[in-house]
Amino acid sequence: MASALINVPPKAKRGEIIAIKTLISHQMETGFRHSETGVPIPRDIVTHFVASYNGEEIFSAQLFPAIAANPFITFYTIATVSGTIEFKWTGDNGFVATEQAKIIVE
Amino acid sequence: MRNGAFNGSHRSPGRVFCLSLTTTTIIAAFLVTTIPVVTRDIPPDKRKSTYEQMSADTRAMQDEDTANPGMLWVLEGHAAWRAKVGTTGRSCADCHGDAPNAMNGVAARYPAFDSKRGAPVDLETRINICRTEHQQAPALAFESKELLALTAYIGRQSRGMAIESADARLEPFITAGRAIFERRQGQLNLACTHCHDDNWGQKLAGIPVPQGHPTGYPLYRLEWQTLGSLQRRLRNCLIGIRAEIYPYGAPEYVALETFLMWRARGMPMETPGVRP
Repeated sequence: MASALINVPPKAKRGEIIAIKTLISHQMETGFRHSETGVPIPRDIVTHFVASYNGEEIFSAQLFPAIAANPFITFYTIATVSGTIEFKWTGDNGFVATEQAKIIVE
Repeated sequence: MRNGAFNGSHRSPGRVFCLSLTTTTIIAAFLVTTIPVVTRDIPPDKRKSTYEQMSADTRAMQDEDTANPGMLWVLEGHAAWRAKVGTTGRSCADCHGDAPNAMNGVAARYPAFDSKRGAPVDLETRINICRTEHQQAPALAFESKELLALTAYIGRQSRGMAIESADARLEPFITAGRAIFERRQGQLNLACTHCHDDNWGQKLAGIPVPQGHPTGYPLYRLEWQTLGSLQRRLRNCLIGIRAEIYPYGAPEYVALETFLMWRARGMPMETPGVRP
């Protein structure tokens, strides 16, 4: 079960720079490790993260095997209009997780 | 593996240990219980959580709920608290009600004495007793995601509360825990006390030696990249001194946990903590 923690300020002034923090539960198996019996453990990571503000992409990131488990991504944007910020993580083995947060811009 | 020598010490480790062995043990009565306080013990006002030895970044990670990865387990524990399990089809919430009320301060007094067993049980074992006896569900494995999630969720309800160790029935177990804490073991022939009482604040392989207060368990270790119990942490130390580890759930761990909680009595709970 994927679970994520999102921190978006619920209210902001128009034109204000806001910090957005996201944390998702994922083991980020590198693909370089072997099990106790020597069998390679297949790679299982989040490969892509996208954030969109009212449908428009404002931030995206590619993730690689060296990134720690439970990736924590922080970025900044300018609060323009009230609406929804959507987050989407995609990864190996068809992993998809989405979350959203509402923001009121005054 | 943390088996390097102490760095940055102006005294040789061997010398320190010799001194500590000859330390006289003046016994003083303690306010709440009659557990003797030994001169070697860190004075209550000198005790500090490992939190204070961490970098500002790691502290910030623990402080903010949306940055603290331990909160992912708390989130799962919230769901697990409500999940109906076992042949009785009952959830934790069905008996206990809402965790923020029912579990407020509970983790701060565990391991607690269980009269049926005549011994203390830690929070993990208590959850499993509840599952097997009241929910008729299989016990959860130590370090399994669900057990960690429930422990973290219950522990979270005590955050900021003072650790309590006032039950007189725990005394023999605290004494037993202290004996293990002070007993040399492993190929390095070290006792817990040599690092955590005598040399805290010094560096071991570049990392500050903590006093070893169990204030944040279960906690997220960046080294583990996951949440882990106090028993897992104790195994870490035993492996570090190249001693034989006890199996999960062993009475030795529970005695150590009981002693460590007594040693940290009065310190605030931080669950879920974050450590490097």
